Amino acid sequence: MFDNDPVLLSRILTYLTLGFHAIFATIGVGIPMMIAIAEWMGMKRKDPHYTLLARRWARGFVITVAIGVVTGTAIGLQLSLLWPNFMQAAGHTIGLPMFMETFAFFFEAIFLGIYLYTWDRFKTKMKHFLLLIPIVIGATASAFFITTVNAFMNVPQGFEIVDGIVTNVNPIEAMFNPATPTKISHVIIICYLTSAFVLATIAAVKILKGNKSVYHRKALHMTMVAAAVFAVGTAVIGDLSGKYLHEYQPEKLAAAEWHFETERGAPLILGGYLTEDNEVKYALELPYALSILSGFSPDTEVVGLNEFEDDVLPPLFIHYFFDTMVFIGMYLAFVSTLFVFLNWTKKWNAFNKPLLMMIAAGGPLSILAMESGWIFTEVGRQPWILNGIMRTSEGATSSEHVGLMLILFALLYTVLGVTCAGVLRKMFRSNPVEREMYKRGINNYEV
Amino acid sequence: MTYEVVGITVLWLFLYGYLIVASVDFGAGFFSYYSKRKNKESVIHSIIQRYLSPVWEVTNVFLVFFFIGIVGFFPDTAYYYGTALLIPGSVAIILLAIRGSYYAFATYGAKESNFYSFLYGATGLLIPASLTTVLTISEGGYISVDDGNVSLLYGELFSSLYSWGVVILAVVSVLFISAAFLTYYAARAKDNEAFSLLRKYALTWAFPSIIMGIIVFALLEQRNPEHFASMLEYWWMFGISFMAFLTAAWLIWKKKNLGIAFIMVMIQYFAAFFAYGASHLPYLLYPHLTIYDGFTNEAMAAALIIAFIAGLFLLIPSLYLLMRLFLFDAEYVEGRR
Repeated sequence: MFDNDPVLLSRILTYLTLGFHAIFATIGVGIPMMIAIAEWMGMKRKDPHYTLLARRWARGFVITVAIGVVTGTAIGLQLSLLWPNFMQAAGHTIGLPMFMETFAFFFEAIFLGIYLYTWDRFKTKMKHFLLLIPIVIGATASAFFITTVNAFMNVPQGFEIVDGIVTNVNPIEAMFNPATPTKISHVIIICYLTSAFVLATIAAVKILKGNKSVYHRKALHMTMVAAAVFAVGTAVIGDLSGKYLHEYQPEKLAAAEWHFETERGAPLILGGYLTEDNEVKYALELPYALSILSGFSPDTEVVGLNEFEDDVLPPLFIHYFFDTMVFIGMYLAFVSTLFVFLNWTKKWNAFNKPLLMMIAAGGPLSILAMESGWIFTEVGRQPWILNGIMRTSEGATSSEHVGLMLILFALLYTVLGVTCAGVLRKMFRSNPVEREMYKRGINNYEV
Repeated sequence: MTYEVVGITVLWLFLYGYLIVASVDFGAGFFSYYSKRKNKESVIHSIIQRYLSPVWEVTNVFLVFFFIGIVGFFPDTAYYYGTALLIPGSVAIILLAIRGSYYAFATYGAKESNFYSFLYGATGLLIPASLTTVLTISEGGYISVDDGNVSLLYGELFSSLYSWGVVILAVVSVLFISAAFLTYYAARAKDNEAFSLLRKYALTWAFPSIIMGIIVFALLEQRNPEHFASMLEYWWMFGISFMAFLTAAWLIWKKKNLGIAFIMVMIQYFAAFFAYGASHLPYLLYPHLTIYDGFTNEAMAAALIIAFIAGLFLLIPSLYLLMRLFLFDAEYVEGRR
């Protein structure tokens, strides 16, 4: 089917590994934060429900961490196996953040091991809570370092190429390139937002199924407040990311928006589809919005696709991924702020069925948005692996066996995904929260 | 020391760290499964779980550290090894992925399952075998480089006595290192039954591990005479290694000072591993790649070394805390908390 083309097969395999890893990596960065908030609340309010929440989340979290660790190891090695030429070039320039990412990961791994096995070992709860700080820092720092690598691939800088050889390297300049601030802040806050929604989905489903325990209500309220804060943050950072694209990667923004002619007062295109002769149909046009997104003012001139050579343009289908990300982002912000508002006014019942169903959908949707956003940003930089410097086809392996590896890894991820879901289900079914509250002597009143 | 030598020493240290912690882990998986088949599971299972559960993730990091570090310090290795090792590397990843995740599934999640412990035991021996491919091909003659096209010669690899020798050496070493450590751990836990079983395992694998070491040494003479000759210059380190081995085996036999016995095992492998590594220099991949022509630029090297030192300030106290809580805490080791 693919004519055994190592470049295409390497791209698919990398996509598969990263796409699978991204789910576990995202919640791997975000959930420690949520556990920390829950444990903090439990400690400060002397409310054992929150502490139990932290405990049960942590237990499920280990299972997902395991998959995050092994798929992270996989992508770490696969980069060298599938993209040897790229890694040869990249090692010279971004070896530093990659190296530091493993330090952060090391740090996190050590304290996660300690945290999980010392629940009742210390005399004060504070000591156990403090163990979460290195975990949160380690998790967030890994996201930080590895995202600088990706940012570098978008805006390579901090080196010169003389006769095909990389010289004059400045590792710090390579790390802190123009794409870094918006990328890291966007990635990190998305991790928090997604995790808050994934955990909210669990609580919402329980309540929808008729569980009246105060435990799930507290869980839902806590995750929704956190999600509302993160969602607003995401919107702000998303806007800044648009301005970054306008300045540094206009072709990516133009492709995402099907913006062909360079013009002022450019409209933002929502939805729709593109015909074979590049005509946009059935789309909603918001006048001036693209110009405002690009540079604060409706007067901003936005570069169009027609300014670029065809062979450096990303595929135009990234528009769909861009829209999916934006729509879901707005949905998540709407749902979470609505819940927080309703709960705050006390006039209406925030735990009404339709809203609960919308929250329940939020977890899977947030994962979908994360994947869409990631596909948009990665495919949006095609045909480059190092934007403007090395084409993806020049970075790939020449080995003929990528196809076979693709099949093996696809099988592996299927098996891992299915078992993970099964194990998590079984774990919480065989030890329901009511029983655990009873065993620990925690009052389980209903509302 | 030049940057190149500092770089390779740092990496070699991490690989050595991985060799020790991963051996304990891999061997434990095998012993756990083997004793289960022999219906002695309850005897050593809890000892193994108590040690592994908090540290398995850390073990994995040593490996990641090594292969990310080597691309940082020696970017050209990505090109040579990356292209040649697509299949063995991918197989190792898949085995590691199965092992890591099923360990977590079995330990934290589902109930004990025979299938899980079989996977855990089998991968414990297959992973070291697949990882040693890297060391084997570094001796040269297993890959062809023409016209910038690197490929692994599978026929050569599978038909070579040397490569099989290395595989067997790796497997028996894993079993010996692991049993020596677990013997010590069981003794600390005051678990007599587990102790005597693990001591038996340690003594069983001591002899094959040293014999295989000598055999591989001899096979290398045919494989890579140049490397062999420079290994002879480090004869004293191999001597230290051998003396350490004898001390360890004697202490385990006499059932005393088991902590020292394990330290001796660590010295045994440290001396042999560093003598092997030092004599391999300057080649990273004989005869295509040396540490000098594959080295990164100076700015990156300096940055990496600074990051490394800063990282150690973070890691050493953390690792110390981990060990104090789970290795040297009598109450935890004995299962009282």
